[in-house]
Amino acid sequence: MNKPKVAIFDFAGCEGCQLQIVNMEEEILDLISIVRLVEWREGMSEQSEEYDVAIIEGSITRPQDEEKVRQIRERAKTLVALGACATDGGVNKIKNRFDLQEVKQLVYGADSALPHLDSAPTKAVDEVVQVDYKIYGCPIDRREFAHVVRSLVMGKRPEIPNYPVCVECKRKENVCRYEYHEICLGPITRAGCDARCPSFGTWCFGCRGSVDEPNVQAAREVMERYGKKVEDLEDRMLLFSNKQEARG
Amino acid sequence: MNKKVDVHHVTRIEGHGNILVNVQSGVIEQVEWQVPEAPRFFEAMVRGRSWADLQTIVSRICGICSISHSLACIKGIESAMRIPVSEQTDKLRLLAHYSEQVQSHVLHVGYLVAPDMLGAKSVIPLVQTHFDVVKTVIQLHRMANSWSDLLTGRTTHPITFKPGGFSKIPSETELRGLRAMLSEAVPDLTSLVDVLVSLAGLLPDFERETEYVALVQPDRYTFYEGSIGSTDMAEATPLTEFESVVNEYVSPQSTAKWARWHRDSYAVGALARYNLNSAYLKPLAKDIARMFDLETRRHNPYFNTLAQVVECAHIVESALELIDELLTAGLRQEIPQVEPQAGEGVGCVEAPRGILFHRYVFDDQGRCTSANMSIPTNQNHGNIQRDMEALLPQIVDRSEEEIRLWLEMLVRAYDPCISCSTHYLHVKFV
Ligand code: SF4
Ligand code: SF4
Repeated sequence: MNKPKVAIFDFAGCEGCQLQIVNMEEEILDLISIVRLVEWREGMSEQSEEYDVAIIEGSITRPQDEEKVRQIRERAKTLVALGACATDGGVNKIKNRFDLQEVKQLVYGADSALPHLDSAPTKAVDEVVQVDYKIYGCPIDRREFAHVVRSLVMGKRPEIPNYPVCVECKRKENVCRYEYHEICLGPITRAGCDARCPSFGTWCFGCRGSVDEPNVQAAREVMERYGKKVEDLEDRMLLFSNKQEARG
Repeated sequence: MNKKVDVHHVTRIEGHGNILVNVQSGVIEQVEWQVPEAPRFFEAMVRGRSWADLQTIVSRICGICSISHSLACIKGIESAMRIPVSEQTDKLRLLAHYSEQVQSHVLHVGYLVAPDMLGAKSVIPLVQTHFDVVKTVIQLHRMANSWSDLLTGRTTHPITFKPGGFSKIPSETELRGLRAMLSEAVPDLTSLVDVLVSLAGLLPDFERETEYVALVQPDRYTFYEGSIGSTDMAEATPLTEFESVVNEYVSPQSTAKWARWHRDSYAVGALARYNLNSAYLKPLAKDIARMFDLETRRHNPYFNTLAQVVECAHIVESALELIDELLTAGLRQEIPQVEPQAGEGVGCVEAPRGILFHRYVFDDQGRCTSANMSIPTNQNHGNIQRDMEALLPQIVDRSEEEIRLWLEMLVRAYDPCISCSTHYLHVKFV
């Protein structure tokens, strides 16, 4: 069998998702036996020209990076967005709520006009090029990553949940976070993390993004039942579910 | 002879950085350490966000130092809002913080630096040639990861940390399990040390007198609290004055800000901590430092990697004591109590790569109105540049290949984590 050539690239992000790949430890050795890793800046110093699967971590925040992503797309048969920064823009999208000039001024002061400090509104990868598969989460889940890579190698469609975190909480018999007067994004957030945050005693902040068609009415009812305001929910959604366009 | 080294995006580091070297007929025209990583603007992004969501956001500054960023943030909030913290919380946090140091150090030494020392391009071929070493590294790394999982809810981007305490703490049985796992890791650690002792001679013999900056405390090798120490100063500086220590400035070479204090530049990280605190190392760590002859290499930046190994031993020894103290006292369920209020606070811890500062201002609703963060890798950038300027004349007669390797290894030794600073590494001979 010809092993598929896999390459990993990173743009604006914390590299926490790549770290989860490293964190697979022995399992990564198994995966490496079924694919050929041809490019990975963080882990190796070799580079390649074409890929069966290109995996992209991070958001796109500069014009020159858009160009790079287009090149990667051209060379890749399949393109996978890795982690919230790549699938949805992640926390980097909070930036888009502010005036970009002002943001730069605040961080770099009088030097903010220097050309190398250029930054554009944050985009998820699929706002620049077509994305074939998405691995959600901030950071990604190692098991889900392994599942997606194995599925791709076998030519199958990976299965990614499209129901809310609440379903997993019920399955695990977690007490609902609203019972603790918290604002939890579980009702609209895509499951697949095994309701990790509620299981560790706190609210879901939506790191896996929302399900494809969130049941807004049900979320509204939960808010009403517990005497919370929709604005509180929206305030927390600013962390990982920023859909608004840039003002800058 | 003319030499051009152009490493665009140095590999096997966290983030993007470039090295540019231009030598014309033996004369050095240019040697530059560049940081082109895309800026991410966290200080601007946190404005308007509630104290309750802040840790979740800033932990995303860096996947590798996420526990340190979370802790610096939470300490900043607690100091701004005068939130009391129990002794148990401090101990459990320190235990979690230790796990990140080991995670990060083992990753750096085992996956990113070892290939240089063993003459490989990545850890992957080492699976064939040095399976035992790779196995030991994997075991240690997995141990450190499950240690973080237990205390923070996941390996990266902690879930359980809250201002005032924890959303969930481990059970005593789980702590006992952790204790057993840590004891079992000691032989792995010493076998890794044996390999490194045999390779330490391969590290470049390069020294440059440097100012080292790290957290200090009167009686211990500290990571989690204290004040700011410098090898150029007898007196420590209070954390609240950190801006006068880092004196950040924007360099045309870099999207990350640079720092300087008493000299042109200073260094932070494991070697800095060692230089300031080595008197308080635990016995095994002291032995290992002696085996590496670290004392006489205290101004050799390449030895930062070995200082990290010394720290791993010290941390495992300290963590075992800490677990015993926690178990003896018995664990209590405590519910964090926070009354949001206006205020300003500084939080500081040692991230694996060096001292890390956060400052926040809050309004009376507990919303953040301004933030300032000084990140270890940024504090090191200026020093990497000065090291390169001092090193290149000493090796300028060597081949391009060798120059490239030594410069790349120098950058890797600092364990730069550029996603923090913003991103970087790539050597360019122009
Ligand atoms: S999705 Fe989260 S963990 Fe992954 S790179 Fe972005 S910030 Fe880091
Ligand atoms: S519970 Fe929510 S925030 Fe937590 S890991 Fe799952 S999706 Fe992410």
